[in-house]
Amino acid sequence: MQNIKDTKLGSTEFPSGIRVDHDPDDLWGDSRFVVNIGPTHPAMHGALRMVAKLNGETIESSYCEMGYTHRAKEKLGENRTYHQFIVYTDRLNYCSSLMNNVGYALAVEKLMGIEVPERCVWIRMIVSEIARVIDHLVCIGINAVDLGAFSYFLYGYHQREEAYTIIEKLCGARLTTSYTRIGGLMQDAPEGFEREVKAWVAKTRTVLDEMDRLLTGNKIWQMRTVGVTPFNKEQCLQYSYSGPNARAAGLDIDLRRDQPYLYYKNVEFDVPVCQNGDTFDRYLVRVHEIRQSLNIIAQCADRMKKGPIWSEDKRVRIPDKDVVHNTMEGLIYHFKFFMTGFDVPAGEAYTAIEASNGELAFYIVSKGGPKAHRMRIRGPSVWHYQGISPMVKGWKIADLIGALGSVNVIAGELDR
Amino acid sequence: MSKDGSASFFTTKVDALFDWGRKNSLWPLPYGTSCCGIEMMSTLCSDYDMSRFGAEVVRFSPRQSDLLIVAGIITTKMAPVLKTVYDQMSDPKYVMCAGACASSGGIFNVYSVLQGIDTMIPVDIYLPGCPPAPEGFLHGLLQLQEKIARGETHSHRKLAEHKRGSSLASS
Amino acid sequence: MDVRTLIPTNGGEAIKKFGEGWRKQLATLQAKFSGDLGNVLFPGEAATDFPIVYVSLAKVIELLSFLKTEPGFEYDFLADLTATDEEQAPRFEVVYNLFSTVHKNRIRVKVKVSEGEEVPTAVSVWPGANWAEREVYDMFGVKFLGHPDLRRILMDYRFEGHPLRKDFPLRGYQIFTEPQVIDPKLLD
Repeated sequence: MQNIKDTKLGSTEFPSGIRVDHDPDDLWGDSRFVVNIGPTHPAMHGALRMVAKLNGETIESSYCEMGYTHRAKEKLGENRTYHQFIVYTDRLNYCSSLMNNVGYALAVEKLMGIEVPERCVWIRMIVSEIARVIDHLVCIGINAVDLGAFSYFLYGYHQREEAYTIIEKLCGARLTTSYTRIGGLMQDAPEGFEREVKAWVAKTRTVLDEMDRLLTGNKIWQMRTVGVTPFNKEQCLQYSYSGPNARAAGLDIDLRRDQPYLYYKNVEFDVPVCQNGDTFDRYLVRVHEIRQSLNIIAQCADRMKKGPIWSEDKRVRIPDKDVVHNTMEGLIYHFKFFMTGFDVPAGEAYTAIEASNGELAFYIVSKGGPKAHRMRIRGPSVWHYQGISPMVKGWKIADLIGALGSVNVIAGELDR
Repeated sequence: MSKDGSASFFTTKVDALFDWGRKNSLWPLPYGTSCCGIEMMSTLCSDYDMSRFGAEVVRFSPRQSDLLIVAGIITTKMAPVLKTVYDQMSDPKYVMCAGACASSGGIFNVYSVLQGIDTMIPVDIYLPGCPPAPEGFLHGLLQLQEKIARGETHSHRKLAEHKRGSSLASS
Repeated sequence: MDVRTLIPTNGGEAIKKFGEGWRKQLATLQAKFSGDLGNVLFPGEAATDFPIVYVSLAKVIELLSFLKTEPGFEYDFLADLTATDEEQAPRFEVVYNLFSTVHKNRIRVKVKVSEGEEVPTAVSVWPGANWAEREVYDMFGVKFLGHPDLRRILMDYRFEGHPLRKDFPLRGYQIFTEPQVIDPKLLD
């Protein structure tokens, strides 16, 4: 009892003669303690770990740990041929693997100077935007679950399953798609693809409106998120925030508009930007981005025409299956192509795309030959996760969960 | 237990009853680290709904759960954590190892990845796939239930060994 | 047909849009940092997509803060910080990929580092460089002078070797029986 009473005085002298000094900022006697969250904590999304020093419930200081999912993809990039590396790009941001595929294909094509035909570009845009919608649906859904709104999550998740049905028709896999090839695609889109995509877009629009009504104006949701854990524009620049998290803070960068790749110049879309950079804004930017992505998908599906999907370049052309199965030369070429790979001329390129979380870039240094000299993957999540510690400083531990969910750190992209 | 140490009629019936109960009310601890974790979430969600098979109550505390679903890559940095979580679970416990990464390292035969979690902890069910589709998860769960009913899991073997040991000690 | 071939759907318009600006910027840099600037590679002439500026170890922070704040340059966004193992002396190259959120263009700064040399840290320019430098230290063993917290980041702190060096084998892992402990000292 004496202990508790005397804390406000600054120090306690025990009968044994030991004197303990107390910090005047300490709310209650000895209330500071260190908690370890993760790496298997459900709110830490798999494999993140955070150590926080709490004063009561308030986070005084914290540090983040990563590397629990480190799969050495950069090292593998130096040990696999350019073609074999496609499967590893799936497992970067596994919520939007199609977008990673597209980014990697663009990176190698830039190094080789290959231009892909029109239909291929449109399909790549459609799959990128579908992947972005899926990623955002998962992100805002999980963020809502973390803060206690479970049914909201189920709406988004069902729509995501519908999208996976389309993706399964496209390439036979749900999550790890490996859909693009260097200079083309694995296969053409099936018959009626545009129609199905448009039906899905229309359905997703209505579901998104429902989701919007369910959560955005919700009093409890707003109290948990509005003004909580803000990260302003200067901090975003300091910590290299990109994508929706930067746009939530008013940092108006979108590589689709600023540094156009594919046909983003030829479609109309807005870039939603918020001002406060708090948890609510990060959520809101994502909701509006889904709407814009759906618009882009609808435009692409309208403008897509029949045509070839493979580039004319003979260096990267995978032989057709009937040639492989029916002619000796085709079989030999197929074998050589997949066993030894193709040579990429010496040079280096930093190819950045606007992935669902921000700037995803492949910095490839080639010294000639079928394997890269350096395969650097710039995942946005690393930089976002780094900003968590300064972001949550001084906030309650419960706000940390909301902040982490809204920043959307994906372990596969974080540790690579 | 009869005098010669063999299981008697009554105890086998009780064990079977317990196994029946256990197999129909598995409490999973999802240990999702990467891509397989996302598919596991799909399985737990409304479209596939794992709760139809009794594995509904997802518990993130190892003390409260009896089915450890290792879904995703286990790196050498993560391996001691997994071992700790497994040790903290109370018997009887079952381990489902989902996906190529957890089963064998998969396509990641590299310096940082544990080449199969069975080098650290015993595994009852391996699910193929990279990642396994939700149907694969459900199939794996049904297989595990059959295995529990047959009494062929690692926990059963451990219990049998324990009984044999104690009966030898008492005789 | 290599990276010099410009493809409109794949960033090929950058050189048309920014080519003149880059020339002017590089001329300014040559005038200001003449002695400390190494090779300057220009896209279209060398096999690269953005201009590369090599700078001496001593002046790298000065160059980076100049690029960040100088009007007309304003490369205020550190897009990436990484390194490459060149397998020749000097062994490593530390690479800074910069992006300008004002002008929307990019530039690349490189520093040659031999084994054992320390690169001055960029944390004073961008606090976000902290983890990227830790990663370079973890993966290549390149140390950063004045870094506030130079620890391993991806690998366990007991791990031996630097995986992305070319002489490190792809396979063969090190097993630890105890989880990585938390260090309360880092919270002070």
